Amino acid sequence: MSLRRIALALIGLMALAVSSAQAGPKIERWVAPSGAQVYFVEIHALPILDLAIEFVGGSAADPADKAGLAAMTRGLLDAGAGDLDEEQISARTVDLGSRFGGSGDADRIGLSLRTLSSAAEKEGSLDLLSLILTRPTFPEAVLAREKARTIAAIQDADTRPDAIAAKRFAAALYPGHPYGASATVESVGLICRDDLLAFHRDNFIASRAIISIVGDVSRAEAEAIAQRLTVGLPAGQAAAAVPPVVLPQQGVVKVAHPATQAHIHMGLPAVKRSDPDYYALIVGNYVLGGGGFVSRLMKEVREKRGYAYSVYSYFAPRKLEGPFEIGLQTKREQAAEALKVATDTLQGFMAGGPTPAELNAAKRNLIDGQALRIDSNAKLLGALQNIAFYGLPLTYLDDFPKLVENVTAADVKRAFASHVKPEHMVTVIVGTE
Amino acid sequence: MAKLPRITLLAALLSLPFAAAANPFETQLKNGLRVIVQEDHRAPTAVHMVWYRAGSIDEQDGYSGVAHVLEHMMFKGTKKVPGGEFNKIIAELGGRDNAFTSHDYTAYFQLVPAKVLPKMMELEADRMRNLRLTEKDFASELKVVMEERRMRTEDNPLSLVHEALNSVAFQAHPYRRPVIGWMDDLVQMTHHDAWAWYQNWYAPNNATVVVVGDVDHKDVFRLAEKLYGSYKAKSLPVRKPQNEPEQKGEKRLVVKAPAKLPYLAMAWKVPKLKDVEKDREPYALEVLATVLDGHEAARFAKNLVRGSKVAQSAGAGYDGTSRGEALFYFDGQPAEGKTVAELETALRGELKRVQDEGVSAEELTRVKTQTIATQVYKRDSMMAQAMEIGGLIAAGHSYKDIDRMLDKIRSVTAEEVQAVAKKYFKDDSLTVAVLDPQPIDDKAPKKTAAGRHH
Repeated sequence: MSLRRIALALIGLMALAVSSAQAGPKIERWVAPSGAQVYFVEIHALPILDLAIEFVGGSAADPADKAGLAAMTRGLLDAGAGDLDEEQISARTVDLGSRFGGSGDADRIGLSLRTLSSAAEKEGSLDLLSLILTRPTFPEAVLAREKARTIAAIQDADTRPDAIAAKRFAAALYPGHPYGASATVESVGLICRDDLLAFHRDNFIASRAIISIVGDVSRAEAEAIAQRLTVGLPAGQAAAAVPPVVLPQQGVVKVAHPATQAHIHMGLPAVKRSDPDYYALIVGNYVLGGGGFVSRLMKEVREKRGYAYSVYSYFAPRKLEGPFEIGLQTKREQAAEALKVATDTLQGFMAGGPTPAELNAAKRNLIDGQALRIDSNAKLLGALQNIAFYGLPLTYLDDFPKLVENVTAADVKRAFASHVKPEHMVTVIVGTE
Repeated sequence: MAKLPRITLLAALLSLPFAAAANPFETQLKNGLRVIVQEDHRAPTAVHMVWYRAGSIDEQDGYSGVAHVLEHMMFKGTKKVPGGEFNKIIAELGGRDNAFTSHDYTAYFQLVPAKVLPKMMELEADRMRNLRLTEKDFASELKVVMEERRMRTEDNPLSLVHEALNSVAFQAHPYRRPVIGWMDDLVQMTHHDAWAWYQNWYAPNNATVVVVGDVDHKDVFRLAEKLYGSYKAKSLPVRKPQNEPEQKGEKRLVVKAPAKLPYLAMAWKVPKLKDVEKDREPYALEVLATVLDGHEAARFAKNLVRGSKVAQSAGAGYDGTSRGEALFYFDGQPAEGKTVAELETALRGELKRVQDEGVSAEELTRVKTQTIATQVYKRDSMMAQAMEIGGLIAAGHSYKDIDRMLDKIRSVTAEEVQAVAKKYFKDDSLTVAVLDPQPIDDKAPKKTAAGRHH
C-alpha cells in the first residue's frame, strides 16, 4: 500500500514536470484606440477565425420590472441593422458560411463569431458583425413577434420540473437581487422598443468592450479588427455597480409537480471569481461532487444506492458571489432519503475535508486535464474570454497548475467552512409528495 | 456575391492539412478488430473511442434496453481493474470518460493527455474480454438506469412523443423500441440478460478502435496488436433484417403530458443511404432537409416562424446513414393562438411548394456553402472527427466515404430534390404524433409503468 502511494506520488511529480514544461499558448493583450480591451492568441493550424466581443453589464442591468431586457436586446441585434432587414442579415450570414452566437450572464453580454479566415468570408463576416453591434434597428414588428415567442417559451418552461427548480432556486438564493431574477410573462410583456434602444446605447459601449480573438490572423490584423468592431460604438460610462449580495436564511422551498422524479437543488451564494479561495474550493468540489464518476456524491447517491442518474455539485463564481449548488433528480418516493444522503455527504466532507488520496487525485485531474480545456480553437476562445472578463493574468494558463498544486487539505476545509455556511443553505424540491 | 464564397470555401477545405490521403490511417487485426487513427498534432491531447456494432437494433422483444444497461455495467470492473477503479485511473491521469448507446451502436470514449493513450487502450482491451458482472452490481445499476429513463423520457413530454411516434411508425422494424428500453423490460431484466449481451456482441470482430489526436498511428497500431491480438473472433448472433412491411395508410397518435405548448411530429418512411456511389435519393433528401431547416435562412424559420408566424418553432430532419430504416421528420410547436392543425397545414404547405416549384439555385448554393463550412469547422474538434469516423463505420460505411458523400451532396440538382419530395412524402407512409398538453395543477403523482411495479 505504501509502495503504491509512493509510486503514485512519483507519477504525479513527473506529470507536473511535463505540464509545467509545456507552456500554454501565448496570450497578447492591448487596448484599442476605441478603449476596448483586446486579448489575442495567434494560431494558423486551421483556416478559422473565432472571436467574441463582450460588454460589462448583463442581465443584472435589467430594470427591476423588465427582467429579460438584456437577453432580448442581444437576441434582436440581428433583427435588423443599418439598411438590412433580418432576412437580408440571415441570408448574408448563411452565404458567408459564418456562425454568429450570443452569450451572456448576469454580469456580461456579448456576441461571438466563427468564420473561415479566407478573405471574402472573413471581411464579409466582420462587416456584418460590426453593423449589428453598432447600428441595430430593433424593428417593432420583430420585437412583437419575439416577445410572443419568449412568453410562450416561459409559459412552457414553467410546466417543466427542471426549469421550475432552476428558477425557484435562483430566486431563493438571491431574494430581491438581480442575480435571482428570471424573465416572466409580465416582465417580458413590459419591454418596448425604447427599452432596447436605451439598453443598447447604455451598455454596448466601446470602453466596456472586451474582445477575445483566436485563430488565423496576424497581430496587426487582430488590432485592426478590434478597432473596426468598436470604433462605431459610443463612448459612455462604466457599468453601474451591481448591489451587494445578501446571504439568504436557511430554508426549504417545496413545489408540487406531477413528475415521476423530484428535482432537488441545495446551495447558497458562495464565491466571487476574484476570491483567492477559488482554487481551494474547486479542488474540494472536485472531491465532493465535481469529479464526475469519482466524486463522493456520485459514489454515495448513485453508485452505492442507485438513487439518481445525475448528481453533482459546483461553484459558479461571478463578479459577485456566484452560487454553490448540489443537484440531483430521483424517484419522488425516495426524495427524502436521497436528500439526506446528499446532505450527510456534504456535512461529512466539510467536517473531515478531503483525504490525502482524494486531494492528490483532484489535483492530478485538474492539473493534467488542463490541456484538454484548451485543445481546440473554440475551447481556447472560452478560456481567453474567462481570462479577459475577470482580468486574470496573461500567464493564467501557466499559473493554474501551481495555484492548484499549492492547495492543502486544510485550505479546502477552511474555504468550505467560510463559503458554504449551513445557516444560509437553501433547498428547493420540485415534485414532492 | 453568392458564387464567390463557394469557390473560396472549397479552397479552404482543400487547403486543410488533413486532406492528405493517408490520414486517417487504418489497419485491421487478424481477429477482425479495426483500428483507425486520425493524427492531429495541434495540442498534446487525444480522443480514444471503442465502438461496438451492437445497439438497440440488435435487441429482442422483452429485452429492450439491454444494450444500454450493459454499457453502464462496463464500468463495474474486471479482475485486473476492480469496480470504480476504471474511472478513477482515467481521472487521475487528467482525463474524462463516458459512453453512449444508440439504435445502431454502443461507444466508449476517453479524452486524455496524449501521453496516457496506451493506458486507455489497455483499459478498453481489458474490459472487452474480462468484464466481471455481479448480480449485486447489476441490481444497483439497474436502479440508476430507471432513474435515467425517468429523467430523459417519463418526465420529458417531447421524448414521450418521439418514443410513441417511433413505436407506431414501425410495426416490425426494431427501431420501434426505445434505446433506453421500456420501463417494464428494465424491471424484468436480470444480470444474466446483460451477461448474454456481453458474451454475444463484445468481440474484436464487432468493434472499431478510433483515435484522434497527437499520436503516431504506427504506435497505436502496434499497441492494438499487442493488447487485442490474442483475442479470438467470435461468431456473432444472426441478425435478421426485420424489414418494415409497406405502410398502408396514415397513422395518427396523441400523447398527453404536462406542458403548456402543444407539439407536432410527422415522420415519413424514406430510403437510407446504401451505396455511397450509386445512390442519389438519400443525398437529395439530405439537401431537402437543409433547404427546409438547415440554417437560419432556411424555409421553415423564414416562412413559418418569422414570416407567417404560425410556428413557435419548426424543424425538419433526416439521417440517411443508419443501420436500420430511415425516417424524414417534420416537427414544431404552434405559435400562441395557433393550433396544431394550422401548423400541420403550414408544414405541408412548405412541402407542397417544393413538390410544385422545386428549389432555387440560390438555395442549392447555400446547402453547398453550409456543407463545406461545417466540414472545416469540424476540424477544430477532435471529438467531432472521432464521432464522424465511428458513426459512419457503425452504419456500415467507411470513413473514406466522408469526402465522397460531401461531393455527392454538392452534386444534387434542383430536379432531384423536387423528385424525392414528390415521391416519398405520401400520406400513406406518414405517421403523425401530437402532444396534448396537460395542466400541472394535479398534485397527485402520475400513474406510470414505473409506479405500478414499485
